[in-house]
Amino acid sequence: MQKQNTKILKQGSWARDFHKNWSLYLMVLPVLAFYAIFCYKPMYGLIMSFQDFNPRLGFLESEWVGFEHFRLFFTSSDFPRLLRNTLVISFSTLIISFPFPVLLAIFLNEIRSTGFKRTIQTVSYLPHFISLVVICGMIKTFVSSDGIIGQLVAVFTGERTNLLLQPKAFTPIYVISKIWQTIGWDSIIYLSALTSIDQQMYEAAEIDGAGRFKKMWHITLPSLKETMIVLLIMGVGGVMSLGYEKIMLLYSPAIYETSDVISTYVYRTGFGSQNWSYSAAIGLFNSVINLMLVITANKVARKLNGSGLW
Amino acid sequence: MKLSKSKVRTGDRVFGLVNGFIMILFALVMVYPIWYVIVASFTDYNELMQNSGVLLWPKSPTIDAYKMAFRNPLILTSYGNTLFIVIVGTAVSLALSSLGAYFLTRQDVKLKKIINILIIITMYFSGGMIPIYFTVIGLGLENSLFALILPVAISTFNLIIMRTAFEGIPRSIEESAEIDGAGHWGILIRIILPLSGTTLAVIGLYYGVSYWNSWFNAMLYIKEREKYPLQLVLREILLQNATNEMTGGGADISETSQISEAIKYAVIVIATLPILCVYPFLQKYFVKGVMIGAVKG
Repeated sequence: MQKQNTKILKQGSWARDFHKNWSLYLMVLPVLAFYAIFCYKPMYGLIMSFQDFNPRLGFLESEWVGFEHFRLFFTSSDFPRLLRNTLVISFSTLIISFPFPVLLAIFLNEIRSTGFKRTIQTVSYLPHFISLVVICGMIKTFVSSDGIIGQLVAVFTGERTNLLLQPKAFTPIYVISKIWQTIGWDSIIYLSALTSIDQQMYEAAEIDGAGRFKKMWHITLPSLKETMIVLLIMGVGGVMSLGYEKIMLLYSPAIYETSDVISTYVYRTGFGSQNWSYSAAIGLFNSVINLMLVITANKVARKLNGSGLW
Repeated sequence: MKLSKSKVRTGDRVFGLVNGFIMILFALVMVYPIWYVIVASFTDYNELMQNSGVLLWPKSPTIDAYKMAFRNPLILTSYGNTLFIVIVGTAVSLALSSLGAYFLTRQDVKLKKIINILIIITMYFSGGMIPIYFTVIGLGLENSLFALILPVAISTFNLIIMRTAFEGIPRSIEESAEIDGAGHWGILIRIILPLSGTTLAVIGLYYGVSYWNSWFNAMLYIKEREKYPLQLVLREILLQNATNEMTGGGADISETSQISEAIKYAVIVIATLPILCVYPFLQKYFVKGVMIGAVKG
């Protein structure tokens, strides 16, 4: 009896909700349509990873193969190479490029003249406003055998070659250019952390006779610790989400050995060899691993810091 | 006592000088690649080849490269396509994000919670490249510029930033408008949006830049060359050595590759200069966006 009553009450409250908020629901309809069509329908489309998908037959008619594509991928000779390249490029980028924005923020913080500081900051954001295609075009031109970096390297190695055709040069090129691209922009978050430092700490240190370097080492740097830890953990969480765009613009068959990663492989098996299901399966594998890493990283960051990034 | 103090001062002064020096060096490293491209675009190709290493100033400035680049009709049509995508795309994105953020900041709406969760999920998990491709093709968007707008119309990250901004607007202002008989559209358009000017500018810029920069979707969905956006044309010229197509073929190979090399720098400048001219004025909005995004919590 009571159960029935609450049920009626519930139905009533739903009806009342729609009666009251129908215009609001109408307003949000285009947004819901976007998420349904471009986010959730593709998620449903992932069932193709368990099928032998044929675009002409569609999702309902294509033959089911279960985990066959996943098995194929894990046993393929490409798998170790792809996993290794993904991890090597991700971790080198993360670890090597990590200190640079921190250093930039600290050095910027030491500049006394506001005009000079602002100029350096503006200049450091410059690469952020250049499209990736153009940046990669510049990289390619610079590291070619008669490009400016290609020539510079030739002075040390004695041979003039196109560095983008050298397998062992790919990760360094990728990482160094990444530092150039992101150092300014990534320093913003550290600079904002620095503004919250209590100026009295510096004054107290001054009375104790600390010079600028000591203040920088004992006050400025430690105050960035929390931000650094959170960003580092989030970076580790993102190792599998290594983007394909920059690699696709720079690599070539000659250096697949060191530059081909999971996401670029997904592209090639799909759009190159039309192996749609196999390609979608690899993508799904990557998304799932990535999801687990991101959630773990977020949890760890939250525990250490009291708040995650999300 | 006095001695040690002055010692600290000289130490500080040296530190300041070294720091300034490092920063100037840093600025040069950031700017020189761009400067090199600009100078190279105004330099005669033969001269460029003889010059090894540092390039500081065009010795005999010439605009031949620009003349050659503009002879290619694709540069101008793709510029037009990109402008269309940036303007229409940013408008659509801002409209949809505002609607979504407005909805998520209403009170006493039953479906809000579940919709909020469904939206957040998409930040962590997506169907991936292949299923999205089939969805877009299935909608008949192949070869349509809308294939470059609709599938990326909402960035959930930007939507959340907007939600945070809308949450910061005092309820009392909305309530007084409600009493005056304003509906949801009235509140959104006449109260919320005008009070969120900075956020709208920041998010608009974020969307605009991402539309300007995108090339990958165009590569997947656009097959007709006259519908190419700028970045796709740039990719052809800069990264695929398809420059001989541009110059019309006639010339012999060495000459063609010379022309292609000479054009490259001019093309980079054509595609980048407009942005480099405005970004110092817009950067404060972008920087604000980073802050909003970080505080979001």
